[in-house]
Amino acid sequence: MVDQIAPEQTHTIDEAIAVLKQRFPNVVSDDSRPGYQGVVIEKNRLVEVATYIRDQLGFDYLSSATAVDYHGLEGSTDHLEMVYHSYRISGGSALVFKAQTEREQAEIPSLIDVWPGADFQEREAWDLYGIRFPGHPNLRRILLWEGFGGHPMRKDWKEPYYEQEHKPFESRWPAGYVFRAEEKNAYGHNVQYPADFDLSRLKDTSDEDVYNSMGLGVDVQSLGGDDISTDRLVVNMGPHHPSTHGVFRMVMTLNGETIDQLEPVMGYLHRNHEQIGERNTYIQNIPFTDRLDYLSSMGNNHGYVLTIEQLLAKGARYQPPTYRAEVIRVLMVELQRIVSHLWSVGFLLNDLGAFFTPMLYANNEREKILDFFEATAGSRLMCNYMRFGGVFKDVPERIYGVANYVNDRVRDVDTMEFLTAMINERLPRFLDEYEHYLLDNEIIKTRCIGVGVIPADMAIAYSCAGPLLRASGVPYDVRRAEPYSIYPELDFDIPTGENGDIYDRMVVRLKEMRESLRILRQILPRLESTKGESIYAGRRDYNVRAPLGESYARVENSKGELGFYVVSAGDPKGTQNPWRYHIRAPSFINLTALGPMSKGHKVADVVTILGSIDIVLGETDR
Amino acid sequence: MALTTQKELDLRQIHDTEFPLPDEIQGTLAVTSLSRIYNWSRRSSMWPLLFGLACCAIEMIGMASSRFDFSRFGMEVMRASPRQSDLIIVSGTVTKKMVVPIVRIYNQMPEPKYILAMGACASGGGPFKEGYNVVSGIDKYLPVDVYVPGCPPTPQSLLYGLIALQKKIDGQSIANADDVPWYGAGPSEPTPIPILGPDIIDPRQMDIIRRQAEYAAQGKPYGVRELPPPMEIKKKVSAKAAALAAATVAAAPEPLDENRLKRRMEALERRRAFATKNPEV
Amino acid sequence: MYGRGILKGLGVTIKHFIDTYIDDLRYGLNKYSKFEDNFTQRQSHEARGAFTIQYPDEKMAMPERFRFTPFLVVNDDDHPDAPGQDWCTSCGICAKVCPPQCIWIVRGQDPVTKRPIPEPEAFYIDIDICMNCGFCAEFCPFDAIKMDHDYEMASYDRTTTHIHDKNRLQKPFTYWRSIAPQITVEEAEARGGWEHVDVIKAKEKAAKEAAKKAAAAEPAKPATADVIPTGEQAAQGESLKTDTVDSAANVAALNRAEASTPDTPASDPDAEKAARLAKREAALARKHAKKEGGES
Repeated sequence: MVDQIAPEQTHTIDEAIAVLKQRFPNVVSDDSRPGYQGVVIEKNRLVEVATYIRDQLGFDYLSSATAVDYHGLEGSTDHLEMVYHSYRISGGSALVFKAQTEREQAEIPSLIDVWPGADFQEREAWDLYGIRFPGHPNLRRILLWEGFGGHPMRKDWKEPYYEQEHKPFESRWPAGYVFRAEEKNAYGHNVQYPADFDLSRLKDTSDEDVYNSMGLGVDVQSLGGDDISTDRLVVNMGPHHPSTHGVFRMVMTLNGETIDQLEPVMGYLHRNHEQIGERNTYIQNIPFTDRLDYLSSMGNNHGYVLTIEQLLAKGARYQPPTYRAEVIRVLMVELQRIVSHLWSVGFLLNDLGAFFTPMLYANNEREKILDFFEATAGSRLMCNYMRFGGVFKDVPERIYGVANYVNDRVRDVDTMEFLTAMINERLPRFLDEYEHYLLDNEIIKTRCIGVGVIPADMAIAYSCAGPLLRASGVPYDVRRAEPYSIYPELDFDIPTGENGDIYDRMVVRLKEMRESLRILRQILPRLESTKGESIYAGRRDYNVRAPLGESYARVENSKGELGFYVVSAGDPKGTQNPWRYHIRAPSFINLTALGPMSKGHKVADVVTILGSIDIVLGETDR
Repeated sequence: MALTTQKELDLRQIHDTEFPLPDEIQGTLAVTSLSRIYNWSRRSSMWPLLFGLACCAIEMIGMASSRFDFSRFGMEVMRASPRQSDLIIVSGTVTKKMVVPIVRIYNQMPEPKYILAMGACASGGGPFKEGYNVVSGIDKYLPVDVYVPGCPPTPQSLLYGLIALQKKIDGQSIANADDVPWYGAGPSEPTPIPILGPDIIDPRQMDIIRRQAEYAAQGKPYGVRELPPPMEIKKKVSAKAAALAAATVAAAPEPLDENRLKRRMEALERRRAFATKNPEV
Repeated sequence: MYGRGILKGLGVTIKHFIDTYIDDLRYGLNKYSKFEDNFTQRQSHEARGAFTIQYPDEKMAMPERFRFTPFLVVNDDDHPDAPGQDWCTSCGICAKVCPPQCIWIVRGQDPVTKRPIPEPEAFYIDIDICMNCGFCAEFCPFDAIKMDHDYEMASYDRTTTHIHDKNRLQKPFTYWRSIAPQITVEEAEARGGWEHVDVIKAKEKAAKEAAKKAAAAEPAKPATADVIPTGEQAAQGESLKTDTVDSAANVAALNRAEASTPDTPASDPDAEKAARLAKREAALARKHAKKEGGES
């Protein structure tokens, strides 16, 4: 897949756009809005153009597909828009293309035949924006339940606890008389019902739709000759199940113990991240990104901060982050990658039945790194550490606790000594030990090798990312494909697998931890040599104003490619709140491949396959 | 048996319970001690449900693993089945879609059962409270025993919450069915399971929803926000200030406001005088 | 050989187990006693095996930057000048920057002129919404709101206890200094003193005025080294800049008030500082003793 490079793939983005416009006159036009990039495609011929983009121009990887509602924006037509970001798997920047539709009876042709990875993202756009995708075989709500009143991300839909369009809310200051939002709602709960709501016709249909979509109840089949005929068995796993890594649900139809069909059901942790993000100011979103992939909050911070910096760079007064800030960011992100992979491998073994022991060992190392995060950023889990133009505070001299009235036990370690010892001794020693007793284990080998295989071309088509993609043999890593921060000057390899099975994914993660350590060993001297330099460029400002335009930046997070799509629209002097704030969540999109991967395997294997994808529900459901 | 001796009187005081004992055995039964033994065994072998919702679940696992190790409290057996557990730690944001399974799980748990709301989200909606799919606190549906604030609470903070729960159990009495419903006569009622309609519907709220629907049929505003009267700020008034205020009102030579201004100015002046007095500290 | 991997795994587990106890043997019975060096060692990168914190008996101290819920800094009770004075000026920046909007502030108002005064009338934080992000503390220009280290906050009822009002939020400056000694020093350096930034500014202004006056008065009155600025000059400095009591009536009232106060006797600033520090230390010790007494 990687080495089949068509001649057109050597086009730069501008050339590719020129080719597209030449090939499809009147269909493809430049997006001429200030600050926007890419092309707008006439929606009726979207599938044709997208196929051309994929096959002839070589943009074979659909990173993100998302909707934007331009309702009520001054100086803009009232329309919905789908935005697609496609990349070449060999690296390079994005070809952005858009399709627009009117808000009533919104319809845009589905791209699921071109990129199967668009499946969940289109369902999400239907769920939250109410855009229909003719051609999509299974267009149901994905995050909310069937029968939910309205499409909540539309700009004219107001949530029950709606207070104001944008934060800060005026009721907080100067006359901030405290209230609970419940007190202002007619029902005292966070609910509202549409005006035509008839209680007598109420029926809870959310589950039936899942079963109907799987064609249940009609399929009696014969097994092994004429005498035995069986009905397929439906098994629900989750949302409360110890091995689903959170509140995730899988509906499976079984033939004996073999899986015929698997349908992921999610949204049990849909916390309306994107809608809250559009109410927030730019800086207020940073702590919210912590709660996306809550095992790697530093990585989430980094992705978001890069996106906004990219947006701010369109303005005149932008100052890029200082070198030391970049060094500290990479230090944090790589440590966080180790934390997340430790957790992931530990829990994969948990799913395999090694109940808790490997995970406890991994967690011990993790706790050490969390101590450093706590001393630097102030919190173990929700770091909230990066800012536009730098980081929150410099790395402390010492990692120490202060005894006070409450806490009496003190620890006190020199930070550099701690980091050096961790990176050069403790973590490598731990990885040696871990590999020593994991990689040769018969049970792991038997249960992981050849299970949950996803071939390279399929992984690319399904928009898989991160270790899942690399285990299939595709050396695609955003740190190399579209380098950011100071990664170009760092020396590291991209570990890949061969077979794309569970075992390879585990090995890729273990190797990635080694690569992270290698990066960290290069970071330490840089950290020493830049000591005392500024960690923040420009003035610290809580009231950031971003120039108009759109911005999509992505980072290689531990789970895969984490992208943020932010649109700043409205006030030409600069906006305080994003008009659109979308997260391209790797866990969410990786799950697209779960169904095809699990087919034909046993129930017990599904648990491991899911564990090997390594999802985090905060990010999946947002 | 008539209470004649002083000793028996004391005994009666010691074993005084709210349990309606017949007069003749009053003072001879040790109901309190039994409660204590019962509570001790219950709180020392609390089996939590292996149930994680969101970010807080990670800290919950952090608490369960070796560094903080809640097996020191007899809780290491985290059961994945609600049928085998006594405690549900609601660790994370409760969404409307998820509250249905949670109520079901709670109903499946055998009594006695406890709920610990971990973190801001489970207690009162947390930072995601304004979201359209978020339940603003699990206590809207289920009775919560202990709230642990924080976002997320650190493992030590959660352990403190668990100790608080143990203390609560220690204070319970098997004789008091008002306090602990499962010791009453008769079966306990399951919590009605919410329904997912156009928005989540709490069956206990059917009446209010129906009434609102009737209003709608009459053309009155339906389901819109009815603002309660603005909340009064409760000002903390010290005794001295109250006396002063009363004196001012009684004498009424000048309005209270001026008096306050005067006091403010005095404070201001003190501050200023101090500043000038100490050019560098 | 089949089963070798399993034996290897068991070997690692046994090694881990033995490691833990070898580590324990180093300290013998002192492991959980009050010697703090072994705690540091167990919680550092050098620890082998399990390193459990025996929580209710030994509580891990938090690093300075640790953040839990916010609190408001006020002057100490034994502050010689304005005990219990809020540092908050109700400027509202924390309420504006707060991501989940959990801060409610009622700005103080001058009852006569209806102009805002730099002191919050009421201050609420709903800790059921607070996400412990620390933005309020980071962006507060007056160092008046800080993140607490007290994580032991579990409660049985949230309706009455989880909206923290001003009374609940206020904690003395000494407390803040005790949980973050280094940060407070850094902040004090940035402000130019241990006092509230407004006080320092007023002081600087007053000193400048005094210097000017001294310079002007020099030919007439030589050799006045210790010029103590009078309240009037300070009043001019402060009423312009910080406290917004600038209606004519108020200024007049203020001047009247000032005129009636007797001059404060000049004293040695060093001695006074030392005395105040000693006083603070004593208060801290008292509180500590009280706390310990309350616990036991």
